[in-house]
Amino acid sequence: MVTIQDESISYNGRVVLRDVSLTIRPKERVALVGRSGAGKSTLLKLLYQRQISGAALVPQDAALVKTLTVYHNVYMGRLDRHGTFYNLLNLAWPQHREVEAVKDVLIKFRLDDKIFTPAGELSGGQQQRTAVARAIYQGGDMLLGDEPVSAVDEHQGRAVLEAINESYDTVILAMHDVKLALAYTDRVIGLKDGEILFDMPTAGLKTSDIDHVYTG
Amino acid sequence: MFKTSFAFVGVALLCLAVADISITTLNPWQEMGRMALGVVTPNFMALDRLGEALLQTVAFAFVGVALGGAFGFGLALVFHIPIVRGACAFVRAIHELFWALIFLQAFGLTPLTGILAIALPFGGIFAKVYSEILEEADSEPLRALPAGTKGVAAFFFARLPDAWVHIKSYTLYRLECGLRSSAILGFVGLPTLGFYLESAFKQGQYSEVSALLILFYLLIGSLRLWVKPKLIPLYLLVALAVLPTGAAISMDNVLRFLTQDIVPYPLRSMDGIAALAGLGEWMWHLAADQALWGIVATVILTQIALVLSGLLGLAFFPLISRKFFGPFGRATGHVFLIIVRSTPEYILAYLFLQFWGPSMLPAIIALALHNGAIIGHLIGRHANEVELRPDSPKGLNLYGYEVLPRVYPQFLAFLFYRWEVIMRETAILGMLGIATLGFYVDSAIADIRLDRALFLIIVTAFLNIGIDTLSRAIRRKIRLTTTPDVG
Repeated sequence: MVTIQDESISYNGRVVLRDVSLTIRPKERVALVGRSGAGKSTLLKLLYQRQISGAALVPQDAALVKTLTVYHNVYMGRLDRHGTFYNLLNLAWPQHREVEAVKDVLIKFRLDDKIFTPAGELSGGQQQRTAVARAIYQGGDMLLGDEPVSAVDEHQGRAVLEAINESYDTVILAMHDVKLALAYTDRVIGLKDGEILFDMPTAGLKTSDIDHVYTG
Repeated sequence: MFKTSFAFVGVALLCLAVADISITTLNPWQEMGRMALGVVTPNFMALDRLGEALLQTVAFAFVGVALGGAFGFGLALVFHIPIVRGACAFVRAIHELFWALIFLQAFGLTPLTGILAIALPFGGIFAKVYSEILEEADSEPLRALPAGTKGVAAFFFARLPDAWVHIKSYTLYRLECGLRSSAILGFVGLPTLGFYLESAFKQGQYSEVSALLILFYLLIGSLRLWVKPKLIPLYLLVALAVLPTGAAISMDNVLRFLTQDIVPYPLRSMDGIAALAGLGEWMWHLAADQALWGIVATVILTQIALVLSGLLGLAFFPLISRKFFGPFGRATGHVFLIIVRSTPEYILAYLFLQFWGPSMLPAIIALALHNGAIIGHLIGRHANEVELRPDSPKGLNLYGYEVLPRVYPQFLAFLFYRWEVIMRETAILGMLGIATLGFYVDSAIADIRLDRALFLIIVTAFLNIGIDTLSRAIRRKIRLTTTPDVG
């Protein structure tokens, strides 16, 4: 469970979040929607700082190490599970066992043929899928993702979100695609100018019902 | 990128297999122990001698760098002419100490020798870098000028102002290099730091050696505090006033040097076809007996030192990075890196040679420490700017998986940039008795065969230009576009 109570955040005097209170319970799938600059990323970062169970994170700018291969970038999700020596060994000589485990995840994202390609040589969509694959590989109860499907087409976006839901019980995603948000989450929180405009279950909602967070 | 790195490591290992890295002194640790004792008990009592050494070092550096800056600025304006470009590449490919050896023969032990030895290669470097800075300067103001504005006015109003701040900061950096160059000119007899250092060392006055070095670090460390643009004319006047007068320059000497000493022997002693045939044979013998072996040793030493510099750079950079150490650790790291990179390679090699005896080992360690510290400093600053994700790992995992891969392209660019610098320095270390090209140059001069010395120096210059070209080709091939701001 993650709870925040009356939190405000400002950068250089500009208020980005204003008196936000929010509780996310286990096994909830939550979408944060709103225009860019509404405070989605800031709220997501705050939630990440407040959780203590070691959630997986998909940051906005993919945050891949471009000079390392897809394999290494995905393997990084489990650096904390191995000793430093074993990690450094894997950096220089990828171990068969780990390569197989990483490949199993990459198959879901149809990236298995790129396993030893440097991340910097991938397309934007492939990089984003690599970043999600890393979070899936990390494992755990909760995943937080900042626009995890912004760079892929709708078909791939659906596949990525399905993979996320398959691997994680508790999911918090900042999203700009309302249709996908409604299809893959069960609670939607609308943000505007740093404040929560609405917070409701997605069951039965149509995209037109929440269009107003994007207008005016 | 990683393949290139492994290829270089492989070459270095092969070189290491054939390199002589033995310790030949009977009691290396005893001597090092005495030096270590000297380091902790610096003796500042001989202040007049220490002061004189530093004053002369600063004076030579100021006048030499100023003259080089003036040369360089003028040449930068015409740097697009191929012959200027080529001439600058040639003069900067020859090390200050080699220039000093050449001028020593013509002008004797006079200030002019020391000043020109700094001014000439620095002029070549300034010309290149200034022209690059001017080229990169914002050209918008130039386009906005009224049509018909004269070239000179356009230059001073629209081009120079934007470039000026970069020119100033680069010149200040070169002044620091000039101080190091000036210091080692003492090793050929000019009255700068190296001269006093060598004599103190020979007398076993290690406390005086360490006092000299400490004062030198303070001088370099405080450079930015006391070198102000407004004060520079004053400093220059003082520098000119304190430079030793030395012996008068004999024009006969200069003429004899130009018209006889440096003319290849067969051309002096024979005529016509015989002279040309003799010249061919003379060059062939010199190339096969000396230049070739000098080149082999220089390349072997350079490749080992290059890779070791890189490894040390990678080990050193976390010392000054916020991502790995707290304020106290970083301060210690900074002091360590400043000391190591402020000590000229030549002086480091000289020290290690006293401890371990003549082999490639002292030179390798000296070059690797100095260049590793420079690279570590630059990469450490760069690493501070790397942005990490909130859940990034710590310690060695952070180093191996997040930071190192991100700074690696920059690191390789810096290292390849140092390649030519390391080779230039390797050649010169021959003068300490290691069989690189400098050794053969030094022997030729000792035998008063200046024609041979000059031939070998020219060979060295072309070797450097070759390495520089190769380094640029490799950087282009693996798409390392970053140009380091210092060199």
